[in-house]
Amino acid sequence: MNLTLFVWRQRDKDSQGKLEEYKAHDISPDMSFLEMLDVVNERLIKEGKEPIAFDHDCREGICGMCSQVINGIPHGPQGKTTVCQLHMRHFKDGDRIYIEPWRARAFPIIKDLIVDRSALDRIIQAGGYVSVHTGGVPDANAILIPKPDADTAMDAAECIGCGACVAACPNGSAMLFTAAKVTHLAMLPQGKVEAARRVCLMTEQMLKEGFGNCTNHYECQAACPKGIKVSFIAKLNREFIKAQF
Amino acid sequence: MRFIDTSIGKKVIMAVTGIALVKFLFIHLIGNSTIFLGPEGINAYAKGLHSLPPIVWGFRLIMLLIFGIHIYFAVQLTLDNKKAKPIGYSVDKNLAATFSGKTMIWTGLIILGFVIYHLLHFTLQITSPYFIASSHPDNFGRPDVFKMVILSFQKISIALIYALSITALALHLSHGVQSIFQTLGLNGDYLMPKIKALGLALALILSIGYLSIPAAIQLGIISL
Amino acid sequence: MILDGKIPAGPINEKWDRHRQHLKLINPANKRKFTIIVVGTGLAGASAAATLGELGYNVEAFCYQDSARRAHSIAAQGGINAAKNYPNDGDSIYRLFYDTIKGGDFRAREANVYRLAQVSVNIIDQCVAQGVPFARDYAGYLDNRSFGGAQLSRTFYARGQTGQQLLLGAYQALSRQVYLGKVKMHPRTEMLDLVLVDGEAKGIVVRDMVTGKISAYSADAVCLCTGGYGNVFYLSTNAMGCNVTATYRAYKKGAFFANPCFTQIHPTCIPVSGDHQSKLTLMSESLRNDGRIWVPKNKGDNRRPADIPEVDRDYYLERKYPSFGNLAPRDISSRAAKEVCDEGRGVGPGGLGVYLDFSDAIGRLGESVIRQRYGNLFEMYERITGEDAYKQPMRIYPAVHYTMGGLWVDYNLESNIPGLFVLGEANFSDHGANRLGASALMQGLADGYFVIPYTIADYLARTNIPKPSTEQPEFLNSLEEQRNLIKKLLSIKGKRTVNDFHRELGKIMWDNVGMARSEESLKDALNKIPTIREEFWENVIVPGSGGELNQELEKAGRVADFLEFAELMAIDALHRNESCGGHFRVEYQMPDGEAKRDDENFCYVAAWGYRGQDNAPELHKEPLAFENVKLAIRSYK
Repeated sequence: MNLTLFVWRQRDKDSQGKLEEYKAHDISPDMSFLEMLDVVNERLIKEGKEPIAFDHDCREGICGMCSQVINGIPHGPQGKTTVCQLHMRHFKDGDRIYIEPWRARAFPIIKDLIVDRSALDRIIQAGGYVSVHTGGVPDANAILIPKPDADTAMDAAECIGCGACVAACPNGSAMLFTAAKVTHLAMLPQGKVEAARRVCLMTEQMLKEGFGNCTNHYECQAACPKGIKVSFIAKLNREFIKAQF
Repeated sequence: MRFIDTSIGKKVIMAVTGIALVKFLFIHLIGNSTIFLGPEGINAYAKGLHSLPPIVWGFRLIMLLIFGIHIYFAVQLTLDNKKAKPIGYSVDKNLAATFSGKTMIWTGLIILGFVIYHLLHFTLQITSPYFIASSHPDNFGRPDVFKMVILSFQKISIALIYALSITALALHLSHGVQSIFQTLGLNGDYLMPKIKALGLALALILSIGYLSIPAAIQLGIISL
Repeated sequence: MILDGKIPAGPINEKWDRHRQHLKLINPANKRKFTIIVVGTGLAGASAAATLGELGYNVEAFCYQDSARRAHSIAAQGGINAAKNYPNDGDSIYRLFYDTIKGGDFRAREANVYRLAQVSVNIIDQCVAQGVPFARDYAGYLDNRSFGGAQLSRTFYARGQTGQQLLLGAYQALSRQVYLGKVKMHPRTEMLDLVLVDGEAKGIVVRDMVTGKISAYSADAVCLCTGGYGNVFYLSTNAMGCNVTATYRAYKKGAFFANPCFTQIHPTCIPVSGDHQSKLTLMSESLRNDGRIWVPKNKGDNRRPADIPEVDRDYYLERKYPSFGNLAPRDISSRAAKEVCDEGRGVGPGGLGVYLDFSDAIGRLGESVIRQRYGNLFEMYERITGEDAYKQPMRIYPAVHYTMGGLWVDYNLESNIPGLFVLGEANFSDHGANRLGASALMQGLADGYFVIPYTIADYLARTNIPKPSTEQPEFLNSLEEQRNLIKKLLSIKGKRTVNDFHRELGKIMWDNVGMARSEESLKDALNKIPTIREEFWENVIVPGSGGELNQELEKAGRVADFLEFAELMAIDALHRNESCGGHFRVEYQMPDGEAKRDDENFCYVAAWGYRGQDNAPELHKEPLAFENVKLAIRSYK
């Protein structure tokens, strides 16, 4: 099939960017979206032009590196799917596809479709861990954890940190990302010990990084490739309020 | 960081003041509904209310304060959020966000405008100079609130202003009520759909309740 | 040269304890005077950086991804082994050790593997304490499952995302040290060179992938935790960015590369769908428990699978290996699939695929049972291929998955270059010629959490070379060299893209140095690789400049190294005149197709030393002594 792409091109952080039009010819429906871009890039290189820069790595939907807004939706139209797992069979011949980077003040653009997501790392650095050092820990079965709690913790821990929630949020808020880590650790006895401190430090960092506030639109949940739920944001709020007492 | 400087702190304040405002809406609606009992109802209610000036003024001031706080933080959060997302996408698509959710600040400002008008209209009685209730006592010497309301709402323009404002209120509540639960952390996978339904139900009950008064007057169900 | 693995004396179960008694310590106040470079933030790198930071060292950690959390350890699905014996089914440290040695086809160092089995239990404790949400039963205890190559349940898992959860645990520990200022993290930074001062590893040269700036970092010791080289095949289950550059450039600086020909091919991957294919996706091997593998009996049978009657189907694994059938070991079933496809009976686009058919199982057990067992895998398959495996058979094909070879290290994980430590998949140490399922995660974390903190202290206490200034000529020369290399790549301005070369190299490697190798195929590869390499340096096109984010330039540097490394792999494969584990030479096989090892002549680690671009590498041997297990034919019958 043949497609028309409108891709955000921006030289670097400080340059002005704009959408540019590209034709993608002879695209196989079995290609992934990124493989389609590979084909376009190969052609651009051979024409002596600069290929489109985009983040990608594992290409199996788990590393969280890929980050493109396709026709207004982070990771594209297929639910619970990262860009790398989105395949061209979900598009039709002649489609016009708009490809843009994650947009939020906290995610400055580095080049084309690549943004700087280090703000998410700094949220984790502020408290997204159990402060245990290597060695000197009890036997793994010494502390029992009810299965439902362990399952909820796992649900939350599935977050791949791609930042689609921030990209989708009309307010550029990182609440879903932060909530996933807070919930994951607060559900477990090992993480409960410092839950109050953690939730305060992480949400404070979130604010410092310039993320917006949650106004409960739930766009984040809809865009999340891993199905992280907004009920974790309620949990985060609960933990934060508890931490005040 | 002070509680009111935190993101969640501000929203908790929004939620708590929101609860107070929703409660006020219920009390006010019950009071207003006395109009369906005719002059005996609403004039007696107004008289009763005004017989205890310290309480009524205290109540009014507290409500104004709560209202002010709610607005102050709403504006602050909205401006913050605008800054956090300076550029949107060239294809504007929503997967979950609702019209009511996205227009909270606008419906809120409409409600603010309406409250000012409403106070000028019925409380201070400045915008309806053709009938000042306090200078027209009824047969029992009470301000004739009943007549004032009927005469106002018989004017289609005034009835429409109220109808539109109440629609804005309905939209505001349909997102606001469920947000209260979410922000206060009183939400979960099981509760979520129920809370959404509750929010919608409250928005409908209140708006239908409030709309019923100008509607009944326009339709002639209540008249002088 | 005969290499000394520095294996401590004493009975195997006391070696590690005794060794730790003799390792030198560094007092807490002195630790903060040392700087350690850690390259790579996968399980090995993140756990090492976090632990060394906790101990008080200054750590400079580097990764090419935009966040340490994205290293490719994250993609491991199955689980992590540990000799906890929680299920009371007869596991022990010795048994895990034995299974790993046997699984590796007796080409790993006994003492290392035993230590791995010993610390495996600590890993689980550590990860639970970090909040890794392992699967649990209703009583709240940890759950275990069984995995290939073991007769008991010793695998701990977190849904299908064990690698991700373990990496997040290590990443979080690392993040804590970043917050505390003990680790300085350098994401989007790629190592280009290792710098030696007076023969010891004292620094690296890196390129900032955002600004293009090339700079040097010096330290008291360097840890490479940079993963495997599976991408030499172009298509593999590795992430797109996985590369051999860090280890290969260390090799060029004198580190020995051990057993590069030991690569693992996984039998159940989703097949290639066309030339556009950029990577391969693995599906859990458990599918073979219920699926039947077949191809059409006749070449060129293009009927839809459902229209091919039983008589025209060849259930080749059941036919060739009646006792094992569809559960034949990984290498055997991989090779069998290749054979039928080479005969022209493969299915799907390009004829590179075989059917994995669930219709019998669905008929026997019902669709709901199959859905329950494999629902997520069927979903993943559907997402990638657009086919419904409940209605038509899956198509599968083997793919490169893991590389057992790597830089040579001694018992302390120190390479032959003093001060250069190599951890995780990047070293060669624990898996021999074949890695068992759920063992890669175990090794990465064992190295990072529990081995390196002890052994590196011993080196730091011994070395006489303090952290050098990056103004020293060794650093300046390396910087100059790397800048020139980049200039050269950018100045060629040829006609073919980097991917084009990589794809061509990958095809040669897959065809000649892949699942089945022969003297002929290897010699063919050794003929062809230099030709592509020459063309690469004359005809590659790398757009843009060096002073900016330039993904083509990054790729070009990596592919340039693959083009050299590929030759080393083929040389190693050609020299090893035996079949063992993942290395299968068609000349050396049993009548039933099993690998035929030659313990007489090849019971050693082949560690290759670089001798310049135009010279063949030098072979060094570390003989393998087996004192605690009996060398036996690896049989799973």
